[in-house]
Amino acid sequence: MKKENESADFFSRLWNFFASIRLTVVLLLSLAVTSMVGTFIPQNQSPAAYFHEYGEFFYKILSVLNIFDMYHSWWFQLLLLMLTINVIICSLNRFSTTWKIVFVKIPPFSVAKFRSLSTKEEFTSKRPIKELKKKCEDIASKKFSYCRVEQTDKGFFIFAEKGRWTRLGVYAVHFSIILLLIGALTGSIFGFEGFVNIPEGETVNSIELRKTGQIHNLDFGIRCDDFSVSFYETGAPKEFRSTLSIIEDGKSVLKEDIIVNDPLRYKGINLFQSSYGMLPPEKITLNIVSRETGMAYKKTAKIGQPIEIPEGMGTLVIKDYRDSFNYKSLSLGETFIGILNKKDGNSINIILPLHFDSFDKMRKGDFIFSVTEYDNRHYTGLQVTSDPGVLVVYSGFIVMIIGCFGTFFMSHQRLCIEIAKSGNNYKVIVAGTANKNKLGMQARVKRLSQNLARL
Amino acid sequence: MDSSNLLSVVTFVYGLAAILYISSWIFKKTLPGLLATWTAFLGAMGNAAGIIMRWVESYKLGIGHAPLSNMYESLVFFSCTIAVIYLVIERTYKNRIIGAFAMPIVFLSIAYASLSPNIRDQIQPLIPALKSNWLIAHVMACFLGYAAFAIAFGISLMYLFKQRDKDGESYLLSHFPELSVLDNLTHQMVTFGFLFLSIGIITGAVWANSAWGSYWSWDPKETWSLITWFIYATLLHARMMRGWHGKRIAYVSIIGFLAVMFTYFGVNLLPGLHSYAQ
Repeated sequence: MKKENESADFFSRLWNFFASIRLTVVLLLSLAVTSMVGTFIPQNQSPAAYFHEYGEFFYKILSVLNIFDMYHSWWFQLLLLMLTINVIICSLNRFSTTWKIVFVKIPPFSVAKFRSLSTKEEFTSKRPIKELKKKCEDIASKKFSYCRVEQTDKGFFIFAEKGRWTRLGVYAVHFSIILLLIGALTGSIFGFEGFVNIPEGETVNSIELRKTGQIHNLDFGIRCDDFSVSFYETGAPKEFRSTLSIIEDGKSVLKEDIIVNDPLRYKGINLFQSSYGMLPPEKITLNIVSRETGMAYKKTAKIGQPIEIPEGMGTLVIKDYRDSFNYKSLSLGETFIGILNKKDGNSINIILPLHFDSFDKMRKGDFIFSVTEYDNRHYTGLQVTSDPGVLVVYSGFIVMIIGCFGTFFMSHQRLCIEIAKSGNNYKVIVAGTANKNKLGMQARVKRLSQNLARL
Repeated sequence: MDSSNLLSVVTFVYGLAAILYISSWIFKKTLPGLLATWTAFLGAMGNAAGIIMRWVESYKLGIGHAPLSNMYESLVFFSCTIAVIYLVIERTYKNRIIGAFAMPIVFLSIAYASLSPNIRDQIQPLIPALKSNWLIAHVMACFLGYAAFAIAFGISLMYLFKQRDKDGESYLLSHFPELSVLDNLTHQMVTFGFLFLSIGIITGAVWANSAWGSYWSWDPKETWSLITWFIYATLLHARMMRGWHGKRIAYVSIIGFLAVMFTYFGVNLLPGLHSYAQ
């Protein structure tokens, strides 16, 4: 028996711990403060970079605390989990009370409560009671969704109310947070995030996962038919566009262009335009001019394979292509680099920038080399994701917005108009309550009463 | 006259409005107050006209887009929203002293946009990541939220000044709205801001998911907007469920606004995906 008591006691203590708003405040503030850390320390860099930045001692401390991937660390996730439990328990604790208030067939009213309100509007009217009653009822039923009249010996009451359901708004917001958590969890368990570079004209069937670097096979092939990039006059990029085909069983089943902000979705997998680049050329055409004879020759060369130089002067190997190349602090842009093996046994480096045709002249060699043509192919860089949790997250978003609106800007408003005979006239008292924005309700009651008095 | 010139003029109109509001508060005269309201109104109209002109100009340049794409444009929109929200409050509460605290924020925001050498006021074409229908919804929601928080900040400052003078002896504080009104107004502004901050974060997440393939990636701007959200969520819970009000709420509201400012400006110093907002 004693044990049972103890466990029940433990359970209720745990329940009370999570039912506390003080815990909510502590958790929200802890999340706010800890989240800052990850914005000042860049996340998910290479260990070497961190080691270099912070030194061995701090590197060790920070990596034990998972600071370098803190938003996925156990302690940050624990804070999020605790907040969610806190939200659930707090909501459950209060929900049954709210439920009883919201779902009633006949809304209860207590006249005494309205009579005891400190802010009431009063006026006297000389009109006949029937007319008065009709006017009051008209106005109340127009402004409120529920309206009820009760007869008394001296006159009557009108009760009206609206927005009873808005008491549920806060539960909607809390429910949306649970939806977000479920959606995020679904995504992280069943989804993936990866990338792939596809050269123009080629097809891939697998991608590389971002987190682990593993290869993930897809059920279909993706072919990049074309990639293009356009620029504004200012030089800023205007559009990155890839033409993609989805290949199934060797056949193209879908062809679509994607640009940034307009991805391709196929069988639950999303393809996003993410980056691009140039493939290193494989074949170039060289123009070779002999200084002695003035003759010009055209020769094609494959990267890495030597070609004979005319007039029996030796061989040339194009061994490398660089996207950018600096020569004596001068930036040359895309450049081929070759080695010239002269027949006398000497070999020298040849630098062939694509955008400076006569660069090689400066070398003052027997031959002047320049690049006239080369094959240039783009590759498109795609972000490839699958996230079955997105729909849940999005529904959470919608519920949150509606819930916030209901919670903050709508309220459960109740109105009571009491009409009682006093002497030859009738005394009219208008009073109202709201569960939120009480000042606003006071103003509304005042306006309503003025409306009635004017009749 | 192009939009940049017009908005430079608006800067000075707002500056004048701020001076008028402050002098009406200090000298307790009605005339500068009345002038202040009309000057502020004129400024807000000019501000809105400037935004629309800039929109039209961008179409004439052939790069048409909503003027919400960089720091200059966001600051101009920010000042316009604060001015409009403030004018609505002035009309509702019939008190001009709040203007002495709100209008300087409006002025500083647009003055920083117009006069800072670090901020370029040319209309620039949109980079591919910003070409989306979500741009307008996302930026507008965020800045409506920021503007409401800015006003809550001003009112919280007023609350803190006023509550120090319990006996009502101070000459300057005597015409401040009642403490309860200030407290209530802070709360209302925070709820308004919280709704729009939530919408801003949500539209941003949906947009990010269509541009980058992930609705949340803990980029510093995202994270700081969430930090701001946590702080104001704390304020709302503490107030509604634990009955905090007055001084404590004013302090949290001020801290919240500092977080807003960091989300807006400070994050640009950190590396991340939102770098075009500089």
